[in-house]
Amino acid sequence: MEHFFVNTAHALVAWLTGLGLAPGWADLILLVVQWIAVIIIVILNITVLIWLERKVSGFIQQRLGPNRLGPFGMFQTIADAIKLLTKEDIVPSQTDRMIFKTAPMVFIIISVMLYVVIPMGDGMEIVDLNVGLFYFISIGSLSTIALLMAGWGSNNKWSLLGGMRSVAQMISYEIPLAFSLLGVVMITGSLRMSDIVAAQSNIWFVVLQPIAFITYFISATAELNRGPFDMPEAEQELTSGAYTEYTGMRWALFFLAEYTNLVAVSALMATVFFGGWQGPWLPSWLWIIIKTYLILNVFFLIKWTFPRIRMDHLMSFSWKFLIPVSLANILLTGAGIEVLMRMGW
Amino acid sequence: MSLNDIVFIALAGITLLAALGVVLSRNIIHSALFLVLTFLGVAGIYFQLNAGFVGLVQIMVYAGAISVLIIFAIMLVMDVEPDQTNLFNQSTPTIMAGGYVSVLLAAGLAGAIWFTKWPLSAVQVGDQGVEKLAGMLLGPYVVSFEVAAILLLVAVFGAILLAKGVEDK
Repeated sequence: MEHFFVNTAHALVAWLTGLGLAPGWADLILLVVQWIAVIIIVILNITVLIWLERKVSGFIQQRLGPNRLGPFGMFQTIADAIKLLTKEDIVPSQTDRMIFKTAPMVFIIISVMLYVVIPMGDGMEIVDLNVGLFYFISIGSLSTIALLMAGWGSNNKWSLLGGMRSVAQMISYEIPLAFSLLGVVMITGSLRMSDIVAAQSNIWFVVLQPIAFITYFISATAELNRGPFDMPEAEQELTSGAYTEYTGMRWALFFLAEYTNLVAVSALMATVFFGGWQGPWLPSWLWIIIKTYLILNVFFLIKWTFPRIRMDHLMSFSWKFLIPVSLANILLTGAGIEVLMRMGW
Repeated sequence: MSLNDIVFIALAGITLLAALGVVLSRNIIHSALFLVLTFLGVAGIYFQLNAGFVGLVQIMVYAGAISVLIIFAIMLVMDVEPDQTNLFNQSTPTIMAGGYVSVLLAAGLAGAIWFTKWPLSAVQVGDQGVEKLAGMLLGPYVVSFEVAAILLLVAVFGAILLAKGVEDK
């Protein structure tokens, strides 16, 4: 079971080259197949996740959650998906059509691009880039553009305010996000995902870098615009922020992209701080799924437990607290590495 | 035509079309968004040249940060209808002057690229580009690296001071 997916990939390439295809083209086809497989798995998984989040939130708030369709309401998300797919596609007349229509596509494309570097098992990265971690951060920073496009293109005050808020928030929290990952990079000495996983064969980085983990967790929550940091779509003030004018499938694409981002960030967290795919007994790809799901549940727990905080508090928390703390963590890590090297480790 | 050529033509095509979009859009927000696409195309060419780190810096700094700054600046100062923000100048002398300058620039650049001898380094960097770059930046070039950082810091302070103004007591 351990090497099932890797062997399948090798078999596919061998079969394609056997058909007389040049190796470069065979690899390209393999890449496309892998990427499509990842997209399908991620999107199907999200229907499960949405059901799970509803159930978890119901449990936290002492209510039932979805319970009519199927056992434990499991088919609720499928029904919702069918409803959204068949809904009329409304484009309000005063919008900037080109931007309004492309914004959800840009958002979902960027969020699936994140999965290229995540190791989903032993040797199961789509591309094992030598700058993998940096790739994740820099592609993630692009999603601000999509939200700005949605906010501007809708030509609506709430949308624009929501878009502006999310951009301000995402730009501010990108800095502690990147800085908190730097501590891990300094210990590993590499930005390559497989090296980062391999460096955790003895001890997980969450033990070595607890401050980095906490700053990363907080800034990732803000970066994902999730509660308690979901001011960009604060329903009471902004109806639903940048998504106010969107209906049907376009709105569903935004929703899908948010969950895709959430899963990607959780998988990255499992990879960088919790030993990635390494674990006893079970196959490696199962371990990363288990770890990702546990982290996702922590995200759910936090969202449905804490009240939303105020926008200016959020910004000053990033600039006046998280950034200095993550800088101090880099200093501490550097000093620690130096001292340990002098002591002859 | 090899795979390499196809990828290059696709990337160059996207970059050029997006750059044309920047110039030809009548709505300046569209121009700014096309500019993002141009940056991404250039980043793709860096990737193809096996300079992944430079490409990612391009995406993060230009496409992710500077373009957002540009769009914010446009939104803050815009006071006319959005689709009349990036109009063409219709007077003949300006078109002539603009055309002259752009032809001259294009010819100069093309000539410079064509006539320069491009020495190929014998050193194979391969997959170690980031490590080499880090060694250079924090080794032989550490002074200029730090001076650039301080320069940026001073610029940030200056910008904040200009924006806030001095409080009179």
